[in-house]
Amino acid sequence: MSEAISGTAVIVGAGHAAGELATQMRDNGWRGRILVIGEEPSLPYHRPPLSKAYLAGTVTAQTLLIKPQAVFDSADIEFIAGVRVIAIDRAGSRVHLADGRTAHYDRLILATGGRPRTLPIPRIQQATPDNFHYLRTLADVDRMREQFKPGKRLVIIGGGYVGLEVAAVAIERGLHVTILEALPRVLARVTAPELSAFYAERHQNAGVEICTDTQVEDVQLDPSGHAITAMVTVDGRHIEADLAVVGIGLIPNVELASDAGLAVDDGILVDEFGQTSDPNIYAAGDCTNHPNPYFGRRLRLESVPNALEQARCVAASVCGKPKAYASVPWFWSDQYHLKLKMVGLSQGYDQLVMRGTTESDCFAAFYLKDGYLLAVDTVNRAPEFMLAKRLISERIRVDPCRLADESIPVKDLLTHP
Amino acid sequence: MPTIIFVQPDGSEQHIDAALGLSVMQVAVNHQVPGILGDCGGSCSCATCHGYVEREWAQHMPAAEPYENDMLTCAADVTESSRLSCQIIVTPQLDGLVIRLPPTSR
Repeated sequence: MSEAISGTAVIVGAGHAAGELATQMRDNGWRGRILVIGEEPSLPYHRPPLSKAYLAGTVTAQTLLIKPQAVFDSADIEFIAGVRVIAIDRAGSRVHLADGRTAHYDRLILATGGRPRTLPIPRIQQATPDNFHYLRTLADVDRMREQFKPGKRLVIIGGGYVGLEVAAVAIERGLHVTILEALPRVLARVTAPELSAFYAERHQNAGVEICTDTQVEDVQLDPSGHAITAMVTVDGRHIEADLAVVGIGLIPNVELASDAGLAVDDGILVDEFGQTSDPNIYAAGDCTNHPNPYFGRRLRLESVPNALEQARCVAASVCGKPKAYASVPWFWSDQYHLKLKMVGLSQGYDQLVMRGTTESDCFAAFYLKDGYLLAVDTVNRAPEFMLAKRLISERIRVDPCRLADESIPVKDLLTHP
Repeated sequence: MPTIIFVQPDGSEQHIDAALGLSVMQVAVNHQVPGILGDCGGSCSCATCHGYVEREWAQHMPAAEPYENDMLTCAADVTESSRLSCQIIVTPQLDGLVIRLPPTSR
C-alpha cells in the first residue's frame, strides 16, 4: 500500500461523496495525484437545498458550494468538470473520457451517484418538453425556476420527499399544486401510515391537492410538441399543467462498473471498506450497495450523510488505514415549518410508539421490533432525533411506555432506559 | 476581517480571518478545521459542527434559538457553553472569538 499513496487516485463523480473523498484522502496521507472527474460543470455542491431554499430563490448557486475552490487548490486536487467518464479499462488501469482523453489510475474510486427514475412514457422519452422536469442537479432547478411563477399550475408526479418539498415551496410561492401519487398514500415507501396522513393533511391545509392511487400513463402536448399541457392518468383523467415535476426515485449509476465487469446488484457491491470486486477500485455514496452492521443486511441509501460518512471511511481505507463504514442511516426533510428528521430504517417494525401528538406539529414516532428501536421519525423534535441515534447505534433496549411518557425528560431515556 | 481562533482538544490553535456574514461552521469548513464537519450544510440538522463558546464571547452574539438547544440535548460532550457553529454568524464584534472543539467530534 505504501507505494500506492504516491500514485494517482482518480475519483469519478463530483458530488458530496467525491468532494469529501478528495480532501479526506489528502488528510489521510495520499501523496500522489488526486484527480476528480465530474459530469456536472460545478464543484461539489449541497443538493438538499435544490428542492428547498434554492428552488424558492432565497439562496444563490455560489452559496451552495460545499467548499470553495481554494480548499481544493490548497490540497492540490485537480478537477475535470463537465466531462463524463465513459469506460473503465481495468487491464490498462485507466478511464476513458467522453472527450477522448484517458486518465491513468493506481486507485479508482467511483462516486457516480444516481439519476432520477424516469416516467415510462414514450412521448416524453424521445424529447423532453420544456416544461417537464426532473430534479437532481443545479441545472435541473435553474431550468424549472424560470417557470416557477405565481398562478401557474404545477403537477408533481410522486409523493415522496422531493415531491412534497417542491409542493411546499410552490404553494408558498403562489402556484396551484397537484400531487399525483401512484400508491394509496404519500411517503408510502418510507413511513408509517400515521406519518403519511399527517403530511398529507398539512399539505392539503396549505392548499395542495393530493391524488393518491393515481398513476400517470401519458402526457398531452401542445401543437408545437415542446410543452406539455396536461398529465393523463391510467383512468383517463386529464390534469392540466403549466409545468410538471417528476420525483419518483433514483436509479444508481452502476453502468460504468457493470460494463467493466465489477459486481453489481442494486448498486455497486462493496465491502465495509468500500472496496469493489476489484481491489484497485473502490466506491462511495448513493451508487453503492454496502453492508450495514446495525441492520445486518446490505443497504443502498440515497442520502447526504451516507455519502459523506462512507466517503470518509473509503478515503482512509484507500490510504492504507482500513476503516469500516458502520453508521446508522439518517435523513432529513424540511417542509413549511416542519423539520422532519429520521434515523434508522423502519421496515419490519412490530410496534409504533408516539411521543407527543401530530396535532401539535411536534412529535416523534418510534418504530420498534422486539423491544429494540429500529427507527424514528421526528417532526420539530430534535432531542428525540439525537436520542434515537444513540439508542440505535448503542443498541439500548427501550421501554415503550417510557418513550411515550412525555413527563420523562428525553435525557433520562438515554441514561435509564 | 475578524479573526476566529479554533482550539483543538490537544490545545493546538488555528487563527483564521473570517469573512463577515459567513457562519463559523462555513469558516471552519473552508479552512479544513478538524472536528467541524457541517454535514447538513448549516440547516441545523446534524450537530457535526459542535463547539464551545465561553461566556465572555457569548454575550457578543445572539443566544441560541430553541431549536439549536434541542439539537444539543442528547449530543455528546455537551456543556453550558455548547453551540452549533453553523448558527453563529461572523460579525465585526466577534474579532478574536475562541471556539473550543469537543473531545469526541467525529
